[in-house]
Amino acid sequence: MAFTPTKETYSGKVYPVTIGTGGGEVTLGGENVLTFHSFEGSTPNRPLIAFEIQDVPPSDWPDNVQKPFEGISDDPVKWAKFCQDELKAKAIALRLIGTHPDRENRSPEDAAKTVKDLLSSINVPLIILGSNHAEKDSSVLVAVAEAAKDKNCVIGKAQEANYKTVAAAAMANNHKLIAMSELDINLSKQLNILITQMGFEKERLITDPMCSALGYGLEYTYSVMERIRLAALTQNDVTMQPPMLGDVGMYVWKVKETQAPESDMPQWGSAEERGIAWEAATATSLLIAGAELLIMRHPKAVEAVEKVIEELN
Amino acid sequence: MALSGVEIFKLLPKTNCKKCGHPTCLAFAMKLAQRQASLDLCPDVSEEAKKILGEASAPPIRPITMGSGDKAVKMGEETVLFRHDKKFVNPCAFAVEIKDTLSEEEVSNIAEQVVNSEIDRVGQKLRVDAIALTNESKDAGKLEAAAKIVAAKAPAVPVIICTENPQAAEGALKLFADKRPVIYGANASNAEAMANIAKTGKAILGVYAGGLDELSTLTEKIKSLGVEDMVIDSGARKAKDIIEHNTLIRRAAVKKNFKPLGYPVINFMQRENSLHEALLAVIGVSKYSSIIVLSSVEKWKNLALFTLRQNIYTDPQVPMQVEQKIYNIGDPNPDSPLFITTNFSLTYFIVSGEIENSKVASRLAVMDSEGLSVLTAWAAGKFTASKIAQFIQESGVEKDIQHKELIIPGYVAILSGSIEDKLPGWKITVGPREANAIPAFLKSRVA
Repeated sequence: MAFTPTKETYSGKVYPVTIGTGGGEVTLGGENVLTFHSFEGSTPNRPLIAFEIQDVPPSDWPDNVQKPFEGISDDPVKWAKFCQDELKAKAIALRLIGTHPDRENRSPEDAAKTVKDLLSSINVPLIILGSNHAEKDSSVLVAVAEAAKDKNCVIGKAQEANYKTVAAAAMANNHKLIAMSELDINLSKQLNILITQMGFEKERLITDPMCSALGYGLEYTYSVMERIRLAALTQNDVTMQPPMLGDVGMYVWKVKETQAPESDMPQWGSAEERGIAWEAATATSLLIAGAELLIMRHPKAVEAVEKVIEELN
Repeated sequence: MALSGVEIFKLLPKTNCKKCGHPTCLAFAMKLAQRQASLDLCPDVSEEAKKILGEASAPPIRPITMGSGDKAVKMGEETVLFRHDKKFVNPCAFAVEIKDTLSEEEVSNIAEQVVNSEIDRVGQKLRVDAIALTNESKDAGKLEAAAKIVAAKAPAVPVIICTENPQAAEGALKLFADKRPVIYGANASNAEAMANIAKTGKAILGVYAGGLDELSTLTEKIKSLGVEDMVIDSGARKAKDIIEHNTLIRRAAVKKNFKPLGYPVINFMQRENSLHEALLAVIGVSKYSSIIVLSSVEKWKNLALFTLRQNIYTDPQVPMQVEQKIYNIGDPNPDSPLFITTNFSLTYFIVSGEIENSKVASRLAVMDSEGLSVLTAWAAGKFTASKIAQFIQESGVEKDIQHKELIIPGYVAILSGSIEDKLPGWKITVGPREANAIPAFLKSRVA
């Protein structure tokens, strides 16, 4: 029997979002089919992986992911330049974890200075993330959005508790915005609607449906992402059409499987390779589910995922 | 394509005899359409109707069992494209390649790795499921020699014999009589001979073609030769082609009930770089592979792939649960804090992860709430003061601790008084509402 492939044509598409300035711009999204389904539609831009760095030394990261940045991670500028120049990072994600009140409690002014220093020394796009303390983030993200005015950064994360302040700062200073809700397609849709109702252009949003690590709820993130993407494509739901973020590194490098030494867990094999595989596998499955932007930590995990993206195109 | 109730009704005797236990033929037809009744219940149905209904009610992807005994692997029977629509049915099998060019010792080593690969995760036993023995040497004698070692060292493990040479296939197959191996395989030039061997040896036939059109023609031909149990390979090896072919095969089977591609898919993913190979396997697990052939099975790789398979194949409608018990986090002593939460796996993972992050050794009492999260369980009456009190008393935790203090989730602060009433002598402390506040909460207690 002759085989006729069942090709799908969708009514919707994912918004293309361009980030960065000065010749270092990168565009993500823009496809009108499910990710990597180039056999039935257009997938103009590849997913983007950003290297995660911090405003303070990564003493809270497991040893195996601190090691590759030994000697340079004490200074965000050195760290970012190393990622850009040596590791060929296509984007940098700065997490201002040092601003968290339970951590170093750095001030919004300190954070703004770090951002300015970084912007003057790198030319790849910059993603600027708060410490995920909704209240502190509203002051920190306002200060850094101003410090990075017109640099077309990605600011995040706007959440239900602080989206008004954060979105207003991103809007006033010409940035893109990450909107994060907790593992629920309806919450994600609702937050995108609330933000666009403030006058924020929907084409400037990136959706973060909340990441989970392999073995720790990955299937929830995976399915929420697939459902968001199907809503964008099959129902042409404009509130579901921004590109999606998988904030992988932060969730992966705190689970037991990325930390336990082989001496404790002989059945789990080499701790170093296990950690890298854990991050790369989590990232790859979220790419398949529809993520266009990934934030990752280990250079070897990033390299492996880049190689898979290459093979998927 | 599945038939509607009315279409089925037209094929029934329409006598309303009630012998099937339903009041009318139409009611029975409706049950058949919903797959809640079997056609066998009707004693008067015509042979023609049986044939049409039998074909229509067969699952879109043929159920096939590879191997025998405890380690047999069920494949096929999938009904959807996306796991949020309905549970994926039969988790894909991981097979490791053993080349017949390897030394006797190397073959034994890999066979032993497979036998010892089993690990336990969240109550499930997970392992490398099969061995793919490949005729790299092109020599029938060498394949048979390697097959002997595999049969001796890993007698319970399902085997996929990979050769295009019918004589070699026949020789190796003898060693796995009655063990339902796969012979891979049949292609356009050897289909008759391979089909005969599979039929005689009661083996599953792996079918290889260059592309989906040729594959459809080939499976039809093999079916007409009397072999029904097949696993199919479209020839896709590059990640881009694997996604495309696996997706088009699943769509054709599930949405169009296209029988020539309604078989489990086997994907060969061997690569030089083990991590790269693992990531290809991630794609296969997510997108429709039934058998993934790997070149190596290191422990770190197994753990990641087994875990992913478990994640992707869980039932999206049934919350994942963890066992009800007192979990030790870190190395708690009699003075360490005691928390309580519900047994929804995500709740458990998040709460235990945050306690771990705080680096304060603690005990976490996880109470069976049928997999509901804290607020939902409270609202549903499954996380109440009396149930919590009963659980704590019966758990025996009292003999491990010196204090009698229980930290409850902030969302159920309202319960603190009534738990104190039901647990005389205990102090109930209201913890944070969100787990991410636990490290700060614990820090402030120490200070």
